[in-house]
Amino acid sequence: MSAPDLVLYEEEFQKIKEALQRLRLDANANVVFLVDKNGQQIAAIGDLASLDTTSLASLTAGNVAATDGLARLIGEKEFSILFHEGEKDNIHISIVAQRVILVVIFDERSSLGLVRLRVRRATAELDKIFEEITQKVEREKDSLQVDFESPFSEITDDDIDRLFSE
Amino acid sequence: MTFINYAAREINCKIVYYGPGLCGKTTNLQYIYDRTNPAAKGKLISLATETDRTLFFDFLPLDLGTVKGFKTRFHLYTVPGQVFYDASRKLILKGVDGVVFVADSQEARTEANVESIRNLDKNLKEQGYEISAIPYVLQFNKRDLPTALPTDDMYRKLNIKGEPTFEATATTGVGVFDTLKAVARQVLMELKKK
Repeated sequence: MSAPDLVLYEEEFQKIKEALQRLRLDANANVVFLVDKNGQQIAAIGDLASLDTTSLASLTAGNVAATDGLARLIGEKEFSILFHEGEKDNIHISIVAQRVILVVIFDERSSLGLVRLRVRRATAELDKIFEEITQKVEREKDSLQVDFESPFSEITDDDIDRLFSE
Repeated sequence: MTFINYAAREINCKIVYYGPGLCGKTTNLQYIYDRTNPAAKGKLISLATETDRTLFFDFLPLDLGTVKGFKTRFHLYTVPGQVFYDASRKLILKGVDGVVFVADSQEARTEANVESIRNLDKNLKEQGYEISAIPYVLQFNKRDLPTALPTDDMYRKLNIKGEPTFEATATTGVGVFDTLKAVARQVLMELKKK
């Protein structure tokens, strides 16, 4: 594996959601969400009803990956912020803790300056949470392997056949 | 990298369709999309050129049902097959859980198939994966064409590790779901080892 699997504990997951909620209010944004660099959605807060968050996550990750590629081509490590301006809605994308992508969608009720400011504060907070997660995973790695039985250890061919039975 | 969310009881897996240009990767996804119950699928996203050649990727999220109480969600991606899009292909392989190699059965595409598998091997290595170790399925597509090579010949040239192999005609859907099921099976069985 090129990157360790992402493990999210309930406690940190709650902290992440709280941080996103705060950012949404402070930045006056419509939607705030967090995606990992492979395009899997981690958490989302805001007006999600009319939004296809799965596609949004995948395209965001593709976008960041392509931009990372561009950065390396010209000798940059990464472009840490991407901003897309629309007629009504805008998207602000930034990297947190080197491995997750923070996306903020906002309209004329907010401004780029405000979003950037609030994102910076939220990023520091999220960095800390992800740092804690990494430490926790390290700490509990051994005990996890002993105590933790994967629910998939007893997966059978029949289980898989059933998925495709329709 | 399979993403298992214990809080939401969800498993997310990423499957990539790889292969030379015009071999039918997008057609595979299109068929799966057309034949899947609307409740179980998301939007099919195609980042393609005006002439319908894949530019970056196609993406199709599928909810297949539950395994051991976990909702299984498969994210299917295709890569752009044309040789000069190699930088994009590398990006799409990031975090992959399983690969389907779609080979074009036409005799004239033999070299392109071999070259594309070599490219897959190289790009996987760059991402830290070994083709011998990851879930992998081979599909011989376009079996309906008169110029299709005998499958024995193709198998000799393209088989890597005795992987499950399927004959397909993606335009009519022959072999498409068998291929998907085989790779999904390997990916889910992989979870056992974790």
